[in-house]
Amino acid sequence: MRHLTQLRIGPIGFRIGSHWRRPLAALDDLYRDYPAPHDGIADFNVHLFAARPWRRVLRPSVHIAGDFVIPDAAPLPLAQGLLAAEMGMNLQMALGLRRFLLLHASMVERNGRAVLMTGISGAGKSTLAALLMARGWRLMGDEFALIDCATGLAHAFPRLVSLKNEAVDVVAQALPGARFGPLLEGTPKGAIRHLVPDACAIAAMDVPAEPSLILFPRFGFEAAARPVLPSEAFVRLTQSSTNYVSLAERGFDALTRLVQSVPARAIDYPDAETAIAMVEALA
Amino acid sequence: MNPALLLARALRDPATIADLAASDWNALFAVARAEQLAGTLAHRIAGLPMPGAAAQLVADAITSAEQGRTAALWESEMARRALAALDVSVVLLKGTAYAAAGLSPSVGRVIGDLDILVPRARIDDVEAALLAAGWEWVKPDPYDDTYYRRWMHELPPLIHRDRDKMIDVHHTILPLTARIRPDATALLADSVALENGLRILNPQDMLCHAAAHLFADGDLAGGMRNLWDIHCLLGEFGFEGLPERAAHHGLGAAIRRAARQAARIYGTELPRDWQGWDALDPLFHRRLTARDQWGRSTRKATQLGFYVRSHVLRMPPTMLARHLWTKWRKGHRPA
Repeated sequence: MRHLTQLRIGPIGFRIGSHWRRPLAALDDLYRDYPAPHDGIADFNVHLFAARPWRRVLRPSVHIAGDFVIPDAAPLPLAQGLLAAEMGMNLQMALGLRRFLLLHASMVERNGRAVLMTGISGAGKSTLAALLMARGWRLMGDEFALIDCATGLAHAFPRLVSLKNEAVDVVAQALPGARFGPLLEGTPKGAIRHLVPDACAIAAMDVPAEPSLILFPRFGFEAAARPVLPSEAFVRLTQSSTNYVSLAERGFDALTRLVQSVPARAIDYPDAETAIAMVEALA
Repeated sequence: MNPALLLARALRDPATIADLAASDWNALFAVARAEQLAGTLAHRIAGLPMPGAAAQLVADAITSAEQGRTAALWESEMARRALAALDVSVVLLKGTAYAAAGLSPSVGRVIGDLDILVPRARIDDVEAALLAAGWEWVKPDPYDDTYYRRWMHELPPLIHRDRDKMIDVHHTILPLTARIRPDATALLADSVALENGLRILNPQDMLCHAAAHLFADGDLAGGMRNLWDIHCLLGEFGFEGLPERAAHHGLGAAIRRAARQAARIYGTELPRDWQGWDALDPLFHRRLTARDQWGRSTRKATQLGFYVRSHVLRMPPTMLARHLWTKWRKGHRPA
């Protein structure tokens, strides 16, 4: 592949190759403050390629693959190449990561204590993480929380925050000075705009934190909070982990330890301000 | 250096990793993953001086392979229990067999599906017992299903509904449509019992099967892993009795080609009368080592040639035409 870039997000190094310069130029710009992989050796490779040579120029369509592939990953138009690169990196993490227990969750930290927020798509994980970052929390990630199976510590994976639809404006207002990527309209998930995590999130990305609270937020309901028993938290987190099964005993031990040592709450919220107030009161 | 040969060199002579640059390491692991050899590579080079990030990849691959081995052996135990009441010989094949018997190819080896060989006369009983124990059919297509049952050397793949693991139940080791017809009765009769009652092929048959799988069937995709198996097995069992047994199965040419390719790529030591390099060997070598530094397959024309060859080996021309026509209408295209 003609174009190549390398970057590191938290503990994970990526090497991304592309038939086109544009998606990598966008990555290089938005990830300009991120380091290179340790020793220049990547954990995962991502390929952005044209299925047929002429599709590099003619109605260019970006196929996503890498070290680990799923059979029917749908291609994206070249205008959404940045999203393709992000999806490619996420896919490698979801399919290939074995070093950590991977939870599909956003995560913020204050005073060394990490709050994990997980839930179905649309629950507001990314939005809440971005808004908490605006209030001085350290953003540890908006997509994946990495739990060290040996120590139980949570490691940051502060990739670009992927904001969707209404959340784009809400976050832009809360973070007027932040850097954003281009607005990508008409993606499979609607309008998407990427937010660059702030300098603090990037500077501290190698610093793990002790998990202190697990939240299951739900948007669109009257404000309510209820405790979640370890048993329920366990089952819900197995569903939000992509590698729980493949880690087998290590995954079971890490997750058991997490739900037994960290309290969990389900919170319903009607709007962002309420949610932020609830998180800050609980944390 | 060709990235596939870079991998072969590291497997063959681990000390050669000392001079790798970061870009070489990236290519090495990309190709090793693509060829399902990351765990094998990791075990070969573990403990040698290398950059910290490479050591981390090695540690990850070793842990991952170890878990895969545990899961594969458990899967074979599940099949053993499901079939125990039938009083039928169940022979483990390929990766699971190597792991169950502690043979050298199993070190770090990725194990895919569970492959077993059973007598053809009992295959209906075996299928019924597996279905009763929670395995289900994968192929929803009636054409494929009929094709498997009529012409293939195995049942349509079954997958376990709870564990999500695939089992391939073979009654011989090559499709019934292929010109070569290995002696399946002899494979079963001369198999070797393990402590738990499951069986493995005897050493010569194990080599014949590996060679048949690689050179008499399929398009050699991911062939470096299968060739590494052959390299290890030849080193472990030697050549005694191998030509006779291979000839009995009609696999004399396949086993010799396998040995020559293993020698060229991995440095397997061959007896004098096994050495050589025939007119077609360069093509096989070219196909086996077709990887770029991202681990993607290259040499599309060679690949297509071997894809066509795999079908020609598998069935007579008129049948092939009918089969391809049916598959084409269903929207199948060669990768």
